[in-house]
Amino acid sequence: MVTSMTLQPPLIRTAAPHSHNPAAVEPSKIVIRDVNVFYGAKQALDSVSIDIPGRSVTAFIGPSGCGKSTFLRCINRMNDTIPGCRVEGAIEIDGADVNDKTVDPVVLRAKVGMVFQKPNPFPKSIFENVAYGPRIHGIASSKSELEGIVEASLKKAGLWAEVSDRLNAPGTSLSGGQQQRLVIARAIAVNPEIILMDEPCSALDPIATARIEELIDDLRQQFCIVIVTHSMAQAARVSQRTAFFHMGRLIEAGPTEEIFTNPRESRTQDYITGRIG
Amino acid sequence: MTDAAATRLKKRHAAETRFRMYGRVAIIVALSFLVLLLGRIGMQGYSTFTTHTLSLPVYLDPARIDRTYLEGSNYDSLVAQALLKQLGETDDESYTVSGQVMDLISRDLGFQILNRIKADPALIGRTITVTGPVKADADLYYKGQLKRSTDQADRKLNDRQLAWLDRLKKSGAVTGGFNVGFFTHGDSTEPEQAGILGAIVGSAMMLLVTALIAVPMGVLAAVWLEEFAPKNRWTDVIEVNINNLAAVPSIVYGLLGLAVFINWFGAPRGAPLTGGMVLALMALPTVIIATRSALKAVPPSIREAALGVGASRTQTVFHHVLPQAMPGVMTGTILSLAHALGETAPLLMIGMIAFNPGLPESFTGSASVLPVQVFIWENASERAFHERTAAAIVVLLVFMIAMNAAAVILRRRFERRW
Repeated sequence: MVTSMTLQPPLIRTAAPHSHNPAAVEPSKIVIRDVNVFYGAKQALDSVSIDIPGRSVTAFIGPSGCGKSTFLRCINRMNDTIPGCRVEGAIEIDGADVNDKTVDPVVLRAKVGMVFQKPNPFPKSIFENVAYGPRIHGIASSKSELEGIVEASLKKAGLWAEVSDRLNAPGTSLSGGQQQRLVIARAIAVNPEIILMDEPCSALDPIATARIEELIDDLRQQFCIVIVTHSMAQAARVSQRTAFFHMGRLIEAGPTEEIFTNPRESRTQDYITGRIG
Repeated sequence: MTDAAATRLKKRHAAETRFRMYGRVAIIVALSFLVLLLGRIGMQGYSTFTTHTLSLPVYLDPARIDRTYLEGSNYDSLVAQALLKQLGETDDESYTVSGQVMDLISRDLGFQILNRIKADPALIGRTITVTGPVKADADLYYKGQLKRSTDQADRKLNDRQLAWLDRLKKSGAVTGGFNVGFFTHGDSTEPEQAGILGAIVGSAMMLLVTALIAVPMGVLAAVWLEEFAPKNRWTDVIEVNINNLAAVPSIVYGLLGLAVFINWFGAPRGAPLTGGMVLALMALPTVIIATRSALKAVPPSIREAALGVGASRTQTVFHHVLPQAMPGVMTGTILSLAHALGETAPLLMIGMIAFNPGLPESFTGSASVLPVQVFIWENASERAFHERTAAAIVVLLVFMIAMNAAAVILRRRFERRW
C-alpha cells in the first residue's frame, strides 16, 4: 500500500499544460494512485492513477468491461460488499485514505453518495426515501428539520414541483426519470461532498436523460461529481474532465474538450471515433 | 415450403398437442384422486357432526340417595328406572331389562344428576329432566349405519332394544341435532362423549411453542447465512446440511427428541412443550430454506441503495431487505407450521399417544394433538370411534386449509411491487 507521503507522480499527466479549462483551477478532491482491483484471481484494474477535481464533473468512458464501474465503486468502498474483491493502492479524499482501517465505510458512504444505473428507490414513500439517510445518520434533530431537509433535497434534485403534493405516494410509482431524480435527492439529503453516478441515464428516455443532465450541471456548483457513461455524447455534454478506460487500464485523462478533439492516445481516438468499443 | 419441412412442422404440432394432452390427463388424475380422498373422508365424517340426545324426566328417589355421601349413590339405576317407566317396561330380578335399556344411553346422564344434586341438594325428592347423548350404538342406529336387516347375533343391539329406540324417537324424547359435545369435550373412553377440543387446544399449544422457537431461530439463521456469512467451505457445508435436514424422516426427529430432550434434559413426556421443541427442530430447516430464498429474491439494487446512502449492513438487512422478503418468509413459515401441525410420527416417539380425557392443563402436562387423536381413534375397536376419526381428519384439514389460506392472504397483502 502506498502511503500519502510517498505518492508517485501519475503515470499519465491529467492536465495538459496548454489547456486553460476552468475545471483545472479546482484543487484535486480525490487523488488516486496505483489502484489495482482483483476479483479473485482476475485483475479488473491495473495501476490506475488519476486526480479528480472538486466542484466539477468528471466522466469515465470506455467500452463495456473496461473497469470504469469497478473503479467508481472503489471510491466509496462499495466493492467491499462483493465477495472475493480485493483493492490495492491509495484512494485519498481530501488527503485521507478511504481504505484506512480507521475509516468506517458507513461514514464514508454518507460523504460519497452514489446513484446507480437502474433507478432503485426504496419501496417506501417518496418522503421516506429521502428521509431515510438523514434519519440513520442522525442529521435531523426534529421532525420539522427532517421535513426541511427532504424539501431542500427534492428541490435541489428538481423534483419538488412534481411531487410536493404526494410525498406519501410510493417512490416506485414515479416514472423512471423521476425515480432517478428521487434517488439523487436521496443521495443529496445526507450532505455528501462527492456524488458517484454509475450510468445514471442508461435506463432513461432522451427527455428524462436531458433533465438529469441539466441537474448534473446544476449540482456541480456544489458537489464533486464522477459519472460513468456509455454515451460519449453525454460525457461531452456534462463533463469538464474525461477519463478513458480500456481493458482495466486508464488510457488517458484530461479536459473533456481535449479528449474529444485532440486525444493523445491512438486508442482514445479509435474509441471516440467508433473503431473500438 | 418443401415436403420435408411440411412433415417436420406437422410432427412438431403433433408433439405439442400430445404434450398438452398428457398434462391435462395428469391434472385430471391428480384432481380425481383428491376428490375421492376428500369425498370419502367427508362422507365418513360428516355424520359425526350431528348426534341424537335423550331428554328424560328422572325422579330423584330420596330412599335411594345417600345424602351424607352423594358420590356413593347409584344414579345410573335411577336413570334406568326412569327410562323403564318411559318405555312402560318392568325390570326382572336379574336386572336384564334395565341392563339392556342402559346400553342405549350415555353414562353422562347419571353424572349430570350427581352434579345437579351437589349444586342444589333440595332437588332430592323431586323430578328433574336431564338431557344427554344416546349411546354411540343407538346413535348409529338412528343414523342408519346400524341396520335392522343385519342378523341379530352380528349387531350390538337386539330387536327389542331397536324397538325401544323407535319408540323413544317417535315419542319425541330423542331428538337429533348438531353435535356440540364433539367440539366442547376432550377425549373419552365412551365414543358418544369423546370430543376434539382437547386435541385442538393441545395442537394450538404445541404449535405456539414450535412457532416461538422455529420462526425467530430460522429467520435469523437464514439472515446470517444469506446476508452476513462469508461464502467459504464451512458455509457450504452448513448449507448442504440444512438442505439434508429438511429431507430427514420426521420420526428421526422424534428419536432425537426422546434421546436428547426427554432422557437428557429431562423434558416432560407427551407434553406440548416437548412436542413443540421436536417439531421446531423439524420445521427449522424448512423455515431457513424458505427465508433464504425469499431473501435471495430481493433485488440487489435495494441493498446497494441502502448501502449507498450509508446504512450499515445490519440496517440494510433489517430496514430494507427483510421487510421486502417478509411475504415469502411468512408464507414459508406458515406452510412449515402447517406441516408440523399434521405431523404424527415424532410425537408418538415422545409419548404423546397417552389417553388424555379433558383439556390440556399446561405446557408441561400431558396432552393430545389432532393427528395423534386421529391415530388413537382409528385404533379404537368401537365402530363409533371410526366415524369420529374421519370427523377429526376433517377438523385437521380445515385447520390446514385455514393456515394455507392465511399464507396466501398474507402474501397478497404484503407483497409490494416495484
